[in-house]
Amino acid sequence: MRRAAAFVRVALLVAVGAAAALATGLEARVPRPAHAPPKGERCVEDTDFMRRNHMKLLTHQRDRTVHEGVRTRAHSLANCVDCHAGAASRSVIGRAADGSEGFCAGCHAYVGVTLDCFECHAATPRPAAAAVAKERP
Amino acid sequence: MTPTDVNPRSEARRYWGLVAIAALVVLAGYAAAHTMEVHGHAVTGMDNRIVWGLPHVFAILMIVAASGVLNVASIGSVFGQAEYKSRAPLAGLLCIALLAGGLFVLMLDLGRPERMIVAATHYNLTSVFAWNVFLYTGMFAIVAVYLWTLMERRMNRWSAPLGIATLVWRFILTTGTGAIFAFLVARPAYGSALLPPLFIVLSFAWGLAVFLVAQAAAYAWHGRELPEAIHARMRRLLGVFVAAALYFSLVQHFVHAYFAQQQAYERFILVDGSPYPLLYWGGFVAAGSAAPLVLLWRRGPATTGSTLAAALLVLLGAFAWLYVFIIGGQAFPQPIFPGYEVRSSFGDGAIARYVPRWPELLLGVGGVGLALLITLVGARAFAFLPEDPAASPAAPARGSAD
Amino acid sequence: MSADRQGGVNAARRQFVGWGVAMAGATLAPGVMLFDLAHGRAPEAPASASVRWGMLVDATRCAPDCNACVVACAKEHGLPDGTRATDAQWIRKVELKDLRRGRTLAVPVMCQHCEQAPCVDVCPTGASFKRADGIVLVDRHTCIGCRYCMMACPYQARSFVHEPVVDPKPDVPRGKGCVESCTLCVHRIDRDQAPACVEACAAAGHRALVFGDLNDPGSEIAKRVAGYASAPLRPELGLNPGVRYHGL
Repeated sequence: MRRAAAFVRVALLVAVGAAAALATGLEARVPRPAHAPPKGERCVEDTDFMRRNHMKLLTHQRDRTVHEGVRTRAHSLANCVDCHAGAASRSVIGRAADGSEGFCAGCHAYVGVTLDCFECHAATPRPAAAAVAKERP
Repeated sequence: MTPTDVNPRSEARRYWGLVAIAALVVLAGYAAAHTMEVHGHAVTGMDNRIVWGLPHVFAILMIVAASGVLNVASIGSVFGQAEYKSRAPLAGLLCIALLAGGLFVLMLDLGRPERMIVAATHYNLTSVFAWNVFLYTGMFAIVAVYLWTLMERRMNRWSAPLGIATLVWRFILTTGTGAIFAFLVARPAYGSALLPPLFIVLSFAWGLAVFLVAQAAAYAWHGRELPEAIHARMRRLLGVFVAAALYFSLVQHFVHAYFAQQQAYERFILVDGSPYPLLYWGGFVAAGSAAPLVLLWRRGPATTGSTLAAALLVLLGAFAWLYVFIIGGQAFPQPIFPGYEVRSSFGDGAIARYVPRWPELLLGVGGVGLALLITLVGARAFAFLPEDPAASPAAPARGSAD
Repeated sequence: MSADRQGGVNAARRQFVGWGVAMAGATLAPGVMLFDLAHGRAPEAPASASVRWGMLVDATRCAPDCNACVVACAKEHGLPDGTRATDAQWIRKVELKDLRRGRTLAVPVMCQHCEQAPCVDVCPTGASFKRADGIVLVDRHTCIGCRYCMMACPYQARSFVHEPVVDPKPDVPRGKGCVESCTLCVHRIDRDQAPACVEACAAAGHRALVFGDLNDPGSEIAKRVAGYASAPLRPELGLNPGVRYHGL
């Protein structure tokens, strides 16, 4: 009984210590991403929804766009890039001179999820004149 | 070299040395594939006209041979010939090894190999490649189960039905390999219903050649002699398969040369489209078919040396045939505007030149290395060596060497 | 009828015709319309099989030394300049010389957007597919880069991306390791614009390329295909391409 209690105490101590070490360590090692604010007032969906679901939107909407030709503005990747590309870097993956990271690359680097959309998709916004006339939300 | 002369220590050193070499070759192949993935296929000699190159020659050779090597097992399990029965496990191991080697090359040559999961989850059922996902994985599974029925005494009574299942599966698989090209109606080199049967017959010859090479190597390693009767039968069988393969290939060209619309291509591949005529007549017909037939069918005592030479020549001829088939078939321009002389910035009307570069050569060889590695490890781990009825005393116990 | 009534009717008719012409002019005036505008599809609506996009290449109007369509396509899609065998070319000018009669001509060749496309049949993942309105495309999210479609295409229309792509155009995502070919400028068609090559050919004054809906009997292309002889390339293959050639 006493040995069990002692064991539990030691285990708790170790766990708390490790967590504390990790927490402070993490903050010191990997700063939270800082990216330039996107253009416009609001995103097509709210932030919490986007944090959880943007990957699902992208995966399913792209099939509708490519296979069926559905090109609504709300879920068009090019439209996302138009707003979210930083004003200084004009890119969602590049770094700006002021050190702010691209909107997509910053968070993806932080959470360690590979981002390969922009191997094929343009990470820069479309020229204003060519902004598509025929898209609706 | 008798078994008692073999020093276990030096044998182990040689074995592990061989394994190390094979592993290094595989690593080199993987490194080549990595270069291709990082820099794109521009580092290879393949381009928009020659889209399948040297890696595919290696891969298809291994895959066709993988199917054919099981002939040895089928003759044992399906047709009941006892001395072939004891060879079935080695044949099964070689099948798995060669298939793995071929697939290693094919999958790493893909433009996007990281999308393997897409290939495993999205199927277009009119595509031979989609069928192949099932056929190849099924082949691994069936051969594994077949090996189990052969080597686990309690399961021996299942080896006959599994042998039949394996036979049927590999026929379907090799028909599929031929169909990959047979379905390409647009190109004069392909689009022929003769291709699936041709590939089946080629698989018999190439598979048996690989088996003979592996068997000779295994016997020499362990200092055993192949009994004369078995040796003679297998030589004759290889001769029959080589003759049949030669016949099928010659008939294909002969018939195609009769059609006016095919004559330009046949002249290119058989007469003046260097280097393909040399590879076909010199590589496949002379060195790969006629010379082995002479070695295998001439009178006089059959030596292991002549058998080995014949088998290696058959494999050389196989390489030459596939090079002409795959690359020569793409080098010839497609007849989009018959009756016109054609020129464009995209190579229309022009013979495409193909110069293989290091990455694709290393990738192909890496696949061979993988097949060798799997064979070495498998043969060491399990009792794959054939037990001959009147053979010399058993080879040094496996446990002694490490 | 009294002269009075006749004059009234004529005046009314004249006014009606006048208004009609004015309205027609106002409708048609915005830009040179190279295909029927009636196909404006709402962006949230999927492509429909009631439409079949096609192109007619008039070999009698194609100028042998003109490259406008090729240059426009490369510019629109961010393609390399086509000097190396690994460079992608979605459209190319093919120079032809009749061996026996000596006649020379040139025509552009691009993806023929077959109804029974061999590339669609052989693609293992279904990345090569035909959209409902007849355009054959590559879904590059699914393409694994096996190049089987390139082996199967009877028109040598497909290209493989042999190098990493730097700076893709926002409307044309393309990347290393995937196969691609002429999309009939699907991103433009979905905005009711004509393909870049068609516009460039018209701008160069040749008007050798006619684009439109083959299923619409009132479209220019349908009328020309119905009225004049045209044929697809390699008709014996039975693929029913959406691209047809007149004057070959």
